[in-house]
Amino acid sequence: MEHLCTFDVDSLFIGIQITRIQEILRPQPVTPVPLTSSVILGLMSLRGQIVPVINLAERLGMQMHEGAEAFNVLIRTSDGPVSLLVDRVGDVVEVPPEAFEPAPDTLRPALRSLIRGAYKLEKRLLLALDAEAAVHVEY
Amino acid sequence: MGEFDDVIAEFLVESREGLDTLDRDLVALEEAPDSRELLGRIFRCFHTVKGTAGFLGFGKLESLTHAGESLLSRMRDGELRPSASITSALLGTVDAVRIMLNEVESTGNDGDGDYSQLTETLKALCRGEEPAAPAAAAEPEPEPEPEPVPAPQPKAAAKAAPEPAPQPAAAKPPEPSLDEEVAGAQQEEAPRAAAPQAAAPAPEEHRQAAAVPESVRVDLTLLDNLVDLAGELVLTRNHIVQLSKGRDDTDLATATQRLNFVTAQLQDGIMRMRMQPVSNLFTKFPRVVRDLARSCRKLVRLELDGRDTELDKSLIETIKDPMVHLLRNCVDHGIEPPEVRAKAGKHPEGRIILRAYHQNGLVHIEVADDGNGIALDKVKKRGIERGLVTPERAEMMSDSEVASLIFLPGFSTADAISNISGRGVGMDVVKTNVEAVGGTVEVDTRRGHGTTFILKIPLTLAIIPALVVRCADARFAIPQVNVLELVRLTRAKHSLEWIHGAPVYRLRGKLLPVIFLEEAMGGHIMPPTANDNAGEDDETPSLFLAVVQGPGRQFGLVVDAVLDQQEIVVKPLPKLLAEIGAFAGATLLGDGRVALILDILGIAQRARIVSELREDAMLERARQQESQRAKGMRTLLLLQGPDDARLAVPLEDVSRLETIDVNSIESGGQHQVLQYRGEIMPLLRTSELLPERRSRMRNDFSEKEEPKTLSVVVLGRPGRTLGLVVDDVLDVVETTTELRRVGVRQGVVGTLVVQNRVTEVLDLQWLVAAAGFDMTEEPSLAAG
Repeated sequence: MEHLCTFDVDSLFIGIQITRIQEILRPQPVTPVPLTSSVILGLMSLRGQIVPVINLAERLGMQMHEGAEAFNVLIRTSDGPVSLLVDRVGDVVEVPPEAFEPAPDTLRPALRSLIRGAYKLEKRLLLALDAEAAVHVEY
Repeated sequence: MGEFDDVIAEFLVESREGLDTLDRDLVALEEAPDSRELLGRIFRCFHTVKGTAGFLGFGKLESLTHAGESLLSRMRDGELRPSASITSALLGTVDAVRIMLNEVESTGNDGDGDYSQLTETLKALCRGEEPAAPAAAAEPEPEPEPEPVPAPQPKAAAKAAPEPAPQPAAAKPPEPSLDEEVAGAQQEEAPRAAAPQAAAPAPEEHRQAAAVPESVRVDLTLLDNLVDLAGELVLTRNHIVQLSKGRDDTDLATATQRLNFVTAQLQDGIMRMRMQPVSNLFTKFPRVVRDLARSCRKLVRLELDGRDTELDKSLIETIKDPMVHLLRNCVDHGIEPPEVRAKAGKHPEGRIILRAYHQNGLVHIEVADDGNGIALDKVKKRGIERGLVTPERAEMMSDSEVASLIFLPGFSTADAISNISGRGVGMDVVKTNVEAVGGTVEVDTRRGHGTTFILKIPLTLAIIPALVVRCADARFAIPQVNVLELVRLTRAKHSLEWIHGAPVYRLRGKLLPVIFLEEAMGGHIMPPTANDNAGEDDETPSLFLAVVQGPGRQFGLVVDAVLDQQEIVVKPLPKLLAEIGAFAGATLLGDGRVALILDILGIAQRARIVSELREDAMLERARQQESQRAKGMRTLLLLQGPDDARLAVPLEDVSRLETIDVNSIESGGQHQVLQYRGEIMPLLRTSELLPERRSRMRNDFSEKEEPKTLSVVVLGRPGRTLGLVVDDVLDVVETTTELRRVGVRQGVVGTLVVQNRVTEVLDLQWLVAAAGFDMTEEPSLAAG
């Protein structure tokens, strides 16, 4: 059984393995970084540590909801934590492996390359995010 | 004895440290009997104790360690293999040495213990004998350790007077070789520099405590960790200071002040732990210079100054190679041979001064010679040959800019040695190494008087002084090391001059290329238009220009405001952002927010790339025009001449269109002239040029009063400009119509019909001649 923490990003229902998540924070002051991809919102300070903040909606080719509450989901990576900014944080769900399917073909290619696959839940389709790929931004 | 006290104290500290590692190494040697490294280390330790003991007159100690050393020496040469009995004997020796050291500490001499049996055992082992009885004696030796002193003592009573003690002490002192003396001297110097307090005379009863090591070895990673934490503390302090500023709370203010003070002290102390005097580096150089001077057949004296200046340990390592390189250059190419010097009226012995000092929070290290200086003309020539600089650019360069060409990669090659009095072999490597640690290199040279290289190195890599600036809504930190000076531009953009849309600033008569930080950060900056208010009212906020040292030359970086000057803690950028090339790192400011640290060299390079692209675009446009011309297409600037005449000039010859004030026109020689961008531009009036063009109807308007401003078409290129005063600029047209050259008059290459009007195309060649220029080598001014 896999535990995924769920998030809303625009119309998508995204899950990230709970073991990849370091912590979740309210929005922090972010310093924009010029000359880089617009996907990178900037840098924030996490108790003195410099952490890049990625706009997950834009990264996935979606829209960030203006004015909506936002959360920083801090992902552990080999280069230290990276924050993914999401619209809303949902529950932690336990997903049975048999509900797993490869990413549907109907997804946009840009999105599909960042999704490990999908879990068919009762009401919605939960997209399992490839966190490592999502924080690897080319510019 | 008094003067030896501190020497002895150091000897005790050193020896004990050595003995501790000996214990470990000897045991390890049993596991790995073939380790030459272990053997070497053990040998050196014995050797050092023996040498110093001999020097200080501790005869017993010396003879015992001498026996141990001889044994080890045979082992090192592979003649003996370590065995259990050898190890035991050596460990026994270590214990005996410890006892004697304790004696030295408490009584001032090496005690009256008798170690002859142990010495004999060592000697027997050394002869390759497996001492049966002595081995038994040696074997239990480690065991009586709990009460070691009493054991040898009974025998001491019996054999007190005989052999070892006084005899070797008298005989041995001449023996220590040069090496030992050097080794001894170094040992004395190092701890003294590290802990000068150790030398302070301690009361007699505290002798024991005084000899306890005053310096401790600390794991470097632990130290780095502490440095990081100190950095965090500095940031937290900055935050609290800022928070308390807005509050009217005396207690808080007092506590904050205290925190401020303690943090500063702590930071200072922790930073100092990593500091070492540059003497550690400098002491190696006299030898280097001496050897070099001999091989070059020159007489060179090296003078060292400011040896106590301290620098971060890792930085000392980094600048070592560049320093050796600079010294080599000074000896090899800077200092002249003695005969030459004598002829030039200098002392035959050349002087190199190595000087270290603090300035502006940086360590400056100067390498100065009194040699012949750098042959700038040859450097310039070589720079041009190597394609590092265009001849035009080279002409405009200042001496220091020319001298800094030697730091460019590709400047130096092996044959440079013979070509340009040799300077500049591998100088780019020097520069790269120094810049890698956030430092800079400058060169100052005077022909015939010598050359000085100045390395400016930050004290430490972790915390640097920086300027915090504002640009648009963002704050950035500029490392102080990059900033040469700050200029306030009270008239904002109007304080700058704009050449082809590129801003420059006139700093004490020299043109400084200017980069707007906002533009470097991806924004757009427009030149001010004539319609803008001239920036003279109070509403236009000032801008600030930071004069910074770019690669090869200085440039100005325009920022909106300078907010603060403070110490910042450099934090590396996340890998995700490491490749931008414009930022050296990030830091946290007083309010806890992140600010980016600018990488001045990176920004200069990026800006250069941009300007190259711009030049590429211009070239591309020129090529297009060329191909259009090949197709018979020409682009013309349509002008209105006197009497509503239609005139045209090829657009490619037009550099600018200007509106000028008639009052700025001056008279110079046969022409009216205008001061234009630092040169004198002759003005030609179409009405004068084409006098025979008679008005059909408006002759009577010739008396019309002169307008206040004139439209001027600037033709040609910088240095060879010519202003054509026209009544009006009408349009730019492209046309393939062929010129009709029938019946044209002087000054006109042909006529064609444009927009249903007969239009005369001016002959620029002729205009230029009319302006008095000799333009034979300027074909571009000829009409197409």
